[in-house]
Amino acid sequence: MLHIVNKSPLEKNALDSCLTHAQAGSTILLIEDGVYAVTKGNKVEPAMKKVMESCTVCALWPDLEARGMQDTVIDGVKQVDYNGFVDLVAENATVQSWL
Amino acid sequence: MTESTGGIDMDEDSSGTVKKFAFINRKAPYGTVYALESLEVVLISAAFDQDVSLMFIDDGVYQIKKGQGTKGIGMKNFSPTYRALEGYDIEKLYVEKESLEERGLTEADLLVDVEVLSRADMAALMEEQDVILSF
Repeated sequence: MLHIVNKSPLEKNALDSCLTHAQAGSTILLIEDGVYAVTKGNKVEPAMKKVMESCTVCALWPDLEARGMQDTVIDGVKQVDYNGFVDLVAENATVQSWL
Repeated sequence: MTESTGGIDMDEDSSGTVKKFAFINRKAPYGTVYALESLEVVLISAAFDQDVSLMFIDDGVYQIKKGQGTKGIGMKNFSPTYRALEGYDIEKLYVEKESLEERGLTEADLLVDVEVLSRADMAALMEEQDVILSF
């Protein structure tokens, strides 16, 4: 399953809820304000590193760049562009958006 | 009409009163419209010669992060505008230390000169204000 989170982890609990529901082998894609979750030093960095042991974590590069966070992404996070976003949706049978 | 002021001699009643205005910014840019709307009201407020302070707390600190480039998302990059505020005599920018730390940021990551305040000092500064505008 593909999980998509578009809210900042320190403003809304969408990411928390996603992380507690995502099964091993899932892919988690962070977009819009959600990308702050994969930036170094963010309070949720330990939680993201933990979930990366069992899930693939991706972040939308244009959203990182817009926010000036492109140079501070946690190692191991897969950065994708809009085409990569489409590929992820196509590859996964189901998509869950944590609005 | 008892006085022939022509409507321009109103200083004592209105425009002569300077109040302390604080704009409290708590939202990240681009994900919602709050940051841009706040900036627009700040610029309008500059026309009224008030004592304006901008406070950045919580995700609001992301508004003034260096290196924003919005070509990829097709939105206007309004971050350079924060550097222009000085030209409008808006020079009181305050950033909360704890909010920076929770996001892995330091003062060096910010695109404007600011005063970094502790959460307690920020709270005290809020108490001093006459008007608070929240975004």
